This record gives sequence, structure tokens and C-alpha cells, in this order.
Amino acid sequence: MIITVASGKGGTGKTTVAVNLALAIEATLYDCDVEEPNANIFIKADLQKVDDVKLMNPVFDLQKCTFCKKCAEFCKYNAIAVLSSDVILFPELCSGCGGCKIVCPYDAISEGSRSIGEIYHGKNGIEIYQGVMNVGEARATPVVAKLKEYVKKDGISVLDAPPGNGCPVIETMHGSDFVILVTEPTPFGFHDFKIAYELAKKLDIPAGVVINRYGVGDDSVEKYCRDEGVDVLMKIPYSREIAELYSKGIPFASHIPEWRKKFQELYEVIG
Amino acid sequence: MKQVVVASGKGGTGKTSMVSSFAALTNAVFADCDVDAPNLHLILKPEITEKMPYEGMEVARIDEGKCIKCGECERACRFNAIENFKVIEEKCEGCGVCPLVCPVDAITLHKRVNGIVYVADTRFGDFVYGILSPGEEASGKLVTMVRKKAQEIAEKKGKDLIVIDAPAGIGCPVISSIGGTDLAVIVAEPTMAAIHDMERILKVAEHFNVPTVVCINKYDINEEQSRKIEEYCREKGIEILGKIPFNKKFTEAMVEGKNIIEYDEELGKIIREIWNRVEKKLEEKEKT
Repeated sequence: MIITVASGKGGTGKTTVAVNLALAIEATLYDCDVEEPNANIFIKADLQKVDDVKLMNPVFDLQKCTFCKKCAEFCKYNAIAVLSSDVILFPELCSGCGGCKIVCPYDAISEGSRSIGEIYHGKNGIEIYQGVMNVGEARATPVVAKLKEYVKKDGISVLDAPPGNGCPVIETMHGSDFVILVTEPTPFGFHDFKIAYELAKKLDIPAGVVINRYGVGDDSVEKYCRDEGVDVLMKIPYSREIAELYSKGIPFASHIPEWRKKFQELYEVIG
Repeated sequence: MKQVVVASGKGGTGKTSMVSSFAALTNAVFADCDVDAPNLHLILKPEITEKMPYEGMEVARIDEGKCIKCGECERACRFNAIENFKVIEEKCEGCGVCPLVCPVDAITLHKRVNGIVYVADTRFGDFVYGILSPGEEASGKLVTMVRKKAQEIAEKKGKDLIVIDAPAGIGCPVISSIGGTDLAVIVAEPTMAAIHDMERILKVAEHFNVPTVVCINKYDINEEQSRKIEEYCREKGIEILGKIPFNKKFTEAMVEGKNIIEYDEELGKIIREIWNRVEKKLEEKEKT
């Protein structure tokens, strides 16, 4: 079973829920927030690099090239500039689609690659896989896609999604059996939660809600869930103790045993 | 014209609360570039004056009548966006490879509206924001469109400052939000996770040659971690513009649709001082 923990808004507690859930049910954890991976701050596994994430980049053979510009005309990303006697690639714009190689009539383009990120693995109680996008790179999605190749077919996998509702989030959610949407009962949390919920519906993945920092803000999230028929799976109250444990990188459910049980019960409901 | 961007790496550290307060303190054009999950409009309550569709990338469509199910498209697609002779629209980048390889011309590219850019009036002045349709690609391009529109408005109205609310993370839309700005205000939080993320966003800013300053939000949640942020910044020569205490009034203000300047005088004063230092930083930069 693959469970994705997502939220729309950042900082609502995705990593907190993903880490505590994975620890409570002894699942394998995948940190798909490859721009800012944080889960291992809580798991504290000794991570080893297991893979490089490479993106195809065209390499131009200037002996064969006639500077006909067909490649540059094809490229939807404006990543290629053909001059009178040179071809320039803007690698950060290149999506690696490979179209330029196909359109080149002179077989002057071959496939090179460059590293845009890395995949790590480690174990401390539970197994964790983590994707990390290199600083300065723009494309997080291929890093998530590579990381997902490590998702096991059997057992339980918990995927910690990035914030937002864009392509890396879709890549994370895609193929999941269940999405847990973590939100906070504030206007910002509610607004972004609705977008994330629409996204889960669009991808046809069943979803449930965890309301974090319960007690601050208002009841608009709960009302919405009631009206839409979305299950509220758990409410985590706002507590200074939980916030402090978080700030120190300690998963609160391993510190407060009753919460471990609550996360196990949460899994029973969705599993 | 000067541009200030508020960013953080980690989400939920208080970027938007900060930007919404700045709106009450300066006569700038404000731009919400968190197009995946925009929130600034919830506080600024815009009256929309102009609305533009954003056409990002195209999407491939397979004509089932023509398709001979040869699988060439599926093999050529690097984004795994074709499965069982059907396009998964959420994954399609519109790169144009599948129509190229299809032997029977069964695939065509179509325009799609990926989002909307709004221009608006607010009680604090001009505001531009973009909303990406859920699950769409190319958010960086939409960010660029929002920033261009903000610059147009600023020029037209003779304003010399744009304040940008950036998305979380360090990828495509973040790079588009901070590239070419004059100052990045990084909102940090004294948690291990937020410090890790702050270090990464500072590297991104450095990579794109944008000067940075840091604010510590909720500094009293963990004062030891706050000191770590201060030490890190001192070592790197990054100025800390201010420290904001944790206070439930920030959430209360948000629930009422107000910024903290409007809601609480005492806390508002802290943000006001931070803004004064931002302005001073911009003046200093102009001199050098």
C-alpha cells in the first residue's frame, strides 16, 4: 500500500505526519520533498547515496551540424540557440525530452546527461529513501520520479510530498492508494487544502484529512469536510510540547506513546 | 525600479503574513508568485480590474480513430505521460515529441489554459497575482508573467518598488521569483527542518547573485535553535533584520483577514522596524 502525505500549503505538518505514521506502523518512508528534504532530520538514519538522477542533455557534433536550426525551432523550452558556426545549450531550460535528437536531419545530436540530484537510502528503525535536488536546478519532478522507482511493491510505503499543487506533487501522488491531506485550521491552510483535495479527486485517489494545530484559527476546514463528505482522520491539537519536539527534530509519537497508538489506528482506518 | 522578494525554502514560516504587513507600510506594487498555493489575496482582498488567461505548455491529444496502437509515442515520451495509448494530461509537458514520432499523424498538440493572472486594487494599492490550475506544469513561466505584469503596473503608475511573495522550495517557481531581484528577505524559523531549508535557499540566492537578509520568525519557540541561525548568519556575513516572537495574534489576524499592522500595534511595531531596515538596505545598495 502506498500512502502519500500532502497538503498544498507548506509548513502544515506533512513531514510530522509522514514520519510519525511511518514509525508507528513500521513502513518505509520516502521523502519526495526533494527541494527541501527534512524527514531524515527526524529519522536520523545514516544515509548512503544509492543513485544519481540524470537528465538527458543533447550534445552537438559540430562536424556534422549544418546549423539548419531545426532543433532550435522544435525545442518548446527555448533551450537551444543556433549561431552561424556554433550551437549553445541552456541546460537549466532543457527538459530532456529528446525531441532535438529526433528532428536533426544530420544525426549531429547525441545524448549526454548531467546530474540534477541524488537518491539516498538509510535505516534507523525504519527504512528511509530520500531524493535531493541539486541547488540551482529548476526541475524537481525527475528527481521525484527516480525516487519513486525505489517504492516497494509489497509492504507499506509512506510518501512525504512537497508543498504546493504543481508537477512534483502530482508525480508524488500518482499511483498512490491513499492521500492524507494535512492542513491547519487557518484561512491559508483551508484555501490550499481545497486545491490539494481537488487535485486528489482529479487523480482519482481516495483522500482523508489530518487537522494539525487544532484549536488555532477557525472551523472552516471541519465544516468543509463535513459538507464534502471527507473523513477527518485525526486532529493534532496545537501544543507547545509538540512544537518544541518538532523544533529539535524529535518525532512526537515516539516521545508520547498514546500518539503512536493513534497513528496505528489511523492506518487501520485507511488500510 | 527595485524589487524585494520574501522567500524561505521551507513552507509555513510566515512569508505571506510578513508580505501582507509590508503592504500596509509602503506604496509598492505587490506580487504573489506562490502560484501553486497563493494566499496573499486572502489578506489583501483584491478588487480585480484585469484578468488574463495563462497559456503555459500545450498538451498532446491522441485521435483514437487514427491510432494504430504501435506504441512509438509511449516509448519516445521521457515523461511517462502516455500509458495504454492515452495521454496522462497531468504528466504531459507538451514537448512535442509524440506527434513527431507518430507514424500515422494521430497526435496533435493543443493549447490549454494553465492558470490565470489577476491585476487588482486593494486597500493598500496595486496587487498582481497568479493562480495555477491544480496539477499544471510550468509554474515558473506563470511566475515570470506575474512579475512582468507587476513591472508594467509599476512603470505605468510611477512606482519604484515591487514586493514579491515567493513560493516554498528552491525549484523552478522559486528561481523565477528571486532571479533579478535586489534583495531577498529570508524568513527562517528556529527548527532543525527550517534551518536546513534556509541554508539551501540562501545558496540558491547566492547562485543567482541576489543579496540576502534573514528574519527569524517565532524565535522564542526554540531559542537555542534561534542562536544557531544567528551564528550561521554571522559566519556568512548575512544581516539579521529582526526577530519576531511566537504569538497567537498572528493567526487571529489571519482569521479576520487582516495583517498584523492592522490587528496589533505592539507586534506591528516589530514588523514596521523590519520593513524600515529593508528600505535602508535598498538605499545602501543604491549607493554602492
